[in-house]
Amino acid sequence: MFKSFSRALAAFALMAAAPLAASAHDYQVGALKIGHPWSRPNPPGAPTAAGYLSITNTGKTPDRLLGGASPAATTIEVHEMSMAGGIMRMRPVVGGLVIAPGQTVKLEPGGYHLMIIGPKRAFRVGDHIPVTLKFEKAGQIKVDFDIEATAPASAPPMSSMGGMQGMPGMNH
Amino acid sequence: MISLVAIVAGTALWSRYGQPLVVNGKPAVSLGGPFVLTDQFGRRVTDRDLRGKPTLMFFGFTYCPEVCPTTLAAMTSWLKALGPDADKLNVVYVTIDPERDTPKQLRLYLSSFDPRIRGLTGTPAEIAKIAGEYRVYYQKIPLQGGGYTMDHSSAIYLMDARAAFTGVITYQEPPAQALAQLRALVRQ
Repeated sequence: MFKSFSRALAAFALMAAAPLAASAHDYQVGALKIGHPWSRPNPPGAPTAAGYLSITNTGKTPDRLLGGASPAATTIEVHEMSMAGGIMRMRPVVGGLVIAPGQTVKLEPGGYHLMIIGPKRAFRVGDHIPVTLKFEKAGQIKVDFDIEATAPASAPPMSSMGGMQGMPGMNH
Repeated sequence: MISLVAIVAGTALWSRYGQPLVVNGKPAVSLGGPFVLTDQFGRRVTDRDLRGKPTLMFFGFTYCPEVCPTTLAAMTSWLKALGPDADKLNVVYVTIDPERDTPKQLRLYLSSFDPRIRGLTGTPAEIAKIAGEYRVYYQKIPLQGGGYTMDHSSAIYLMDARAAFTGVITYQEPPAQALAQLRALVRQ
């Protein structure tokens, strides 16, 4: 179990950052378009995980992402990570994450994320984690977070990596 | 290009005393000192146990959703890329959250990463001692509704076989650069 999990994570770590391939993995709730919810594989014993997605407000009034709920976790909040001077900090986004009219807000590594607290099982590549997202105005919508290890195979392998190979989906 | 990155990385990395750790790619301070901690198997580990091999040391916590697991994943991939040279390094993960990161929790969590990565924990005083010696910033931040997170320094500290501080690998440093640093460390 260690080997396949770590290989997936290793492939993720090695691949140059590249945009995720566009997928049909989008949702709509009210005026909000939800794009590609995803999370990384999560080791057993990890007390938290980070969820990422994009939210576009096609309406005329602002909305807020308040958090979420899932049978696969105890609580889901919205947090922001920041890095300055080599010090990592994370804070809850008090009052919810504002999505202004016409704006796209991205929850992505290095910035905002859904803080998934108390995952009830390990997340493995290929899993789909059901999460009900909660918005102040648009209400609730159930989405699936895809568990993905890595950027798509279009990222070139680093030549200095020797034996490392690109990693398609893992099977368990 | 690489020296520019090193300068930027060096000047951006401050110890908890507000002093740069690395300037122009060279260590600007001396770090380290004696410590007594407990590994993920419940064994006592001291600074003396690390001498004789160069060491990578990272300070994190298992409650961390992004920086710490991705750093461990990166370390796992570097060790694999180094091949047999990886056995010439100590790779150590020290928790700055000893209240939650017990040896048992570290053992479970680290079982998903390279088995050569050793997890160290201890009493709050033992952790405070090593963190002080490595000038690691860490701070407990209470969260509404109970619980807490930790602010912490995110760099990986590199020490030679005599435990002298030789540099850092910064968070999300490109793998080719990190591997070059590790190969140089192994060769020392």
